[in-house]
Amino acid sequence: MDFFKRHFLVPLIAVLGLVALAYIGVKADLTFVFGVVIPYLAVLIFFEGLIFRIISWARSPVPFKIPSTCAQGKSLPWIKRSLADKLDNPENRLQVFGRMALEILTFRSLFRNTRSELQPNQEKPEDSRLIHWSYKWLWLGAIAFHYAFLIVILRHIRFFTQPVPHFVTALAEADGFVQFYIPTVYLTGVLLVVAVTYLLARRLYTPTLRYISLAADYFPLLLIMAIGLSGILMRYFYKVDIAAVKQLAVGLATLRPVVPDGIGVIFYIHLFLVCVLFAYFPFSKLMHAPGVFFSPSRNTAGDNRWKLHVNPWNYPVKFHDYMHQEDDYREAMIEAGLPVEKEK
Amino acid sequence: MDHNGNYKNEFGWFADKPKVPKKLFNFKAVFIGVVIFVVLVTSPLWKNLGQIIPGPDPQLNTAAIMKLPEKDRTCVESKEYMRANHMLLLGEWRDEVVRDANRDYVNSKGKKYLASLSNNCMECHSNKSQFCDQCHNYVAVVPNCWGCHWEKEKEKKQVAQSEAK
Ligand code: HEC
Ligand code: HEC
Ligand code: HEC
Ligand code: HEM
Repeated sequence: MDFFKRHFLVPLIAVLGLVALAYIGVKADLTFVFGVVIPYLAVLIFFEGLIFRIISWARSPVPFKIPSTCAQGKSLPWIKRSLADKLDNPENRLQVFGRMALEILTFRSLFRNTRSELQPNQEKPEDSRLIHWSYKWLWLGAIAFHYAFLIVILRHIRFFTQPVPHFVTALAEADGFVQFYIPTVYLTGVLLVVAVTYLLARRLYTPTLRYISLAADYFPLLLIMAIGLSGILMRYFYKVDIAAVKQLAVGLATLRPVVPDGIGVIFYIHLFLVCVLFAYFPFSKLMHAPGVFFSPSRNTAGDNRWKLHVNPWNYPVKFHDYMHQEDDYREAMIEAGLPVEKEK
Repeated sequence: MDHNGNYKNEFGWFADKPKVPKKLFNFKAVFIGVVIFVVLVTSPLWKNLGQIIPGPDPQLNTAAIMKLPEKDRTCVESKEYMRANHMLLLGEWRDEVVRDANRDYVNSKGKKYLASLSNNCMECHSNKSQFCDQCHNYVAVVPNCWGCHWEKEKEKKQVAQSEAK
């Protein structure tokens, strides 16, 4: 099997295998395992793994200050700095906060994504030219995906709380404002699947991206796609008893688990895939979510010019200075006629 | 030659091994961040922790249902099917009526029903606030049918909790 096929097919088979596993498990009457034991385990692994990784990151020293400086830094008083300069090359905590907020809420550095391509040179037909241009589709796909994911998860709070917080019902109402179909279609659920399909297609379609994509890149995309599709199938086509689902979910949330009878298999498939996602999270590239907070190029202020940053690795070095050097080689130096500081 | 030290890395000989301090850098910021995350994620769940939350309790004791003979006291389809699929059934009815002018629904047992929300579902289940709303409030859905479709309780000016905005 060639490189691409191995790295794409293995996660595909893995996700299908997970679906089959949940299906067989529920058919074998393991609803308590799939409805209670695995969700609790997944949540434990998620938090434990998350905190473990965060602590190990926090223990890694930052040797240098490397704020990315794509803008005019603070300098002489008569050199003006606009707000954009301050947000790009922050001089203090507040401005760093602004840069982080823009990064996290709007994916600002992704917005500046460029694409490079060799294109035929009009003037010299036998040559090609390297062209860079601003490429916003990845940003659009990513931001649509992340916000759809967030809103879908927030809407799911209605399964875990009683009474349901007001903002959740308001969100659901806004999300279903098209009032299309019964049950009302939630736009973000569809958007989630569309966006994740784009993100996957991008990796498959572009040869250079396909070349660098690994199983660890495809697996989360396929997993999230399967979660979205199973959710959509469950909501619009193969209905399950949602009132019973809520009893199960509330049971989990209140630590008084119950497993009502008669919930369709597709719910357990959806839930199992979600559990796998949560348990997989701390060990995967999905850790970019907490990781962005630890990015020195984003979270350090560009104050190198007036604040000393001491490398925490710095250790006492035994110096071997010139006088020691001369002590070592004095005789040879005199013999060769080189000038020395001390004769003896 | 002994280069006055015993440790070598790619840059040459050094006196001591580099000592990376075993500590959490920026402990305060990391701690606050983790706490904020955990609190934010779990906060919707605190209130009900350890409590038993009763499920919905839809009432089936309307006059129309009580009038049915004991063995025929069923819904248009089986109870399990209705619980999960009643919204799809309503949509199917609507499409049949509005698009094909077909007001008959033949259920899986071959029994014929009038395909109508107000004139069939709500005849038997005339207690909307004790029945439909029981479940819908529980799962926080607000079917928007009642702006157009009539139901008996409207006469009594009882507005369902889910629709009282
Ligand atoms: C002939 C009277 C009748 C009609 C018409 C009728 N129902 Fe029912 N419905 C019942 C009865 C009786 C039950 C209880 C069935 C049982 O216990 O097996 C029931 C049960 C239900 C349930 C399950 C309740 C529970 O406790 O789980 C739902 C949901 C429901 N009906 C919705 C509807 C909808 C929606 C319609 C219109 C499409 C409808 N019904 C039409 C008599 C009716
Ligand atoms: C056993 C509980 C139960 C009963 C009783 C019940 N419903 Fe529902 N209903 C639900 C659930 C659960 C949903 C869907 C929740 C979801 O998919 O998010 C729903 C959804 C609906 C929807 C679709 C709403 C949407 O998403 O747009 C309609 C319409 C509907 N019900 C009509 C009725 C009517 C009419 C009655 C009374 C005759 C009724 N239901 C009784 C549980 C119930
Ligand atoms: C904008 C107003 C409006 C809304 C909102 C509406 N309907 Fe209707 N519905 C109609 C009209 C008009 C008809 C056609 C009535 C007829 O020909 O008897 C109809 C017909 C139907 C029918 C078949 C005929 C009958 O007597 O019931 C069903 C079933 C139905 N609608 C279900 C629903 C459901 C379920 C909802 C809520 C999710 C809903 N409708 C929301 C206007 C509406
Ligand atoms: C990573 C987390 C999850 C994602 C991304 C996700 C995604 C989705 C999506 C896209 C839908 C389609 C409907 C919609 O747009 O809301 C859906 C429906 C659903 N999900 Fe999830 N889900 C997640 C977690 C869960 C969990 C933990 C549960 C357990 C209770 C759950 C239970 C359901 C149910 C019952 C439905 C059907 C909703 C309905 O009929 O209204 N999901 N999910």
